[in-house]
Amino acid sequence: MPRKDFKLISEWIKPNSTVLDLGCGDGGLLKLLTEKRKIKGYGIDTSIDKIIKSLDNNINVINANINHKLDYFSDNSFNYVILAQSLQVVENPVELIREMLRVGDEAIISFPNMGYWKSRLYLFLKGRMPVTQELPHSWHSTPNIHLCTIKDFKEICHINRFTIIEEVINNQDNSNMSSNYFSNLFGESAIFRIK
Amino acid sequence: MNIVEENSLYINEPLKLKSGKVLNKYKLMYETYGKLNDKKNNAVLICHALSGNHHVAGYHQGDEKPGWWDNMIGSGKPVDTDNLYVVCMNNLGGCHGTTGPSSINEVTKSEYGFDFPIITVQDWVNSQKMLMENLNINKWKFIIGGSLGGMQAFQWALDYPMLIDNAIVIAAAPKLTAQNIAFNEVARQAIMSDSDWCDGNYLKQNKVPKRGLALARMLGHITYLSDKSMAKKFGRDLKEEKFNFNFDVEFQIESYLRYQGEKFVNSFDANTYLLMTKALDYFDPMNEESFRNKIDSVMSKFLIISFTSDWRFPPQRSEELVRLLIQHNKNVSYTCIESDGGHDAFLMENEKYFQVMRTYIEANIDA
Repeated sequence: MPRKDFKLISEWIKPNSTVLDLGCGDGGLLKLLTEKRKIKGYGIDTSIDKIIKSLDNNINVINANINHKLDYFSDNSFNYVILAQSLQVVENPVELIREMLRVGDEAIISFPNMGYWKSRLYLFLKGRMPVTQELPHSWHSTPNIHLCTIKDFKEICHINRFTIIEEVINNQDNSNMSSNYFSNLFGESAIFRIK
Repeated sequence: MNIVEENSLYINEPLKLKSGKVLNKYKLMYETYGKLNDKKNNAVLICHALSGNHHVAGYHQGDEKPGWWDNMIGSGKPVDTDNLYVVCMNNLGGCHGTTGPSSINEVTKSEYGFDFPIITVQDWVNSQKMLMENLNINKWKFIIGGSLGGMQAFQWALDYPMLIDNAIVIAAAPKLTAQNIAFNEVARQAIMSDSDWCDGNYLKQNKVPKRGLALARMLGHITYLSDKSMAKKFGRDLKEEKFNFNFDVEFQIESYLRYQGEKFVNSFDANTYLLMTKALDYFDPMNEESFRNKIDSVMSKFLIISFTSDWRFPPQRSEELVRLLIQHNKNVSYTCIESDGGHDAFLMENEKYFQVMRTYIEANIDA
């Protein structure tokens, strides 16, 4: 079964477009987009095991580190550059988003929302760094070095003049809602489309 | 044990070479493994590197050692001959049966020697196409090669875009650097400065430039290994317990290199070595006038593989190819494999490398 953020992302992708997927994992999203939207594109990952899974899914996958510049790609060479659930592991998120907008017309970014009420409650009641289903790592062994809330993300978009085109907030019960006053509290994860 | 036999094909159609010279008649030695299926969509061409030949897998009757890439090619192996039809030929200029400097020139009735024309990667591709036609193959599902072999796979994709579905280019480069050419030149000088080379016509004088060819191989061998793999295998180990304070073989690495050199002299021709290094030096498809048109018409998919410890064609060289293909919107996948094996890693068994090969091939076999 495809991940729920994949389904939401695929709804934004126009047919026959070009897509770059950063941290493509097993290539599942690109496979889905190739089948459903007839896209052409590449995935990028550093893990050899994920690259092998991507090859098994018959997508183009490039062994590269998204923390370095996306210098394989020229300016505006993709319609969409996607960063699905990986923003928090990136060394310099703002720099990467700039790179995404250099090589793509639009960037699609999904991330877990640390402002979600369960995370807040976890910290409030237990007094410890939240460990949840979406973020199962303990603070000392987590790859998630740049966690943020929906509010935080909107702020960096504002400061860096990234224009938010669309956003969807995702809840645990699989319902989606468009952004509103409560999304930072009730959204478990968020997907933004920016340019 | 999988016994295989070699085949030969005589071609009487003149082959116009890149240098402008023409080879009127030539013989191609090749081997095949597996069966061409009814749809004829399972043919694989393996292109060999500098010192390789057509015997890529299986055993010749009576041999103790299998072909040079037997770990990769065979029944149940990543290039699985249970469902693929694999072809490998000895390249022109070679010394394992295909027409080369040690063959008899029908005009002069003696060995070509140094008169054998310079052969390029493009010439090889053209001669491989002759073999393809004779084997009734309409299209290669995969063309696979490491090092100089990878360059041939890339050249195929450029020169015959309609005849190839997938190019697997391993431990290669889009062209040689000055340092690469420099190593080749030292190897050539080692051979050509051996007095037994006799200006390239040693066979006519019943001589073999053994010292020169062995030196060339020793030098080459150093560039195929990594510092780490040499340290691991030999370190500073001595043949005897202590220093002898003379110039005999003292360190194990010296003994190993001399052995490799001597072994090579018995199975390889010096003029072929010269030709192969020249083919490497000249390879630079991106610099060809027709390149822009060619790259636009490329249809095949690519799998590019490099190895972390390869310093002859390091990962950055493969990445140049990847960048080029991405810039031209080609279907390309790339992976850099963790290995201490140096350039020779492409010939060695390696779990992740083999998984990459197997997975890519299986995913694309019926595409």
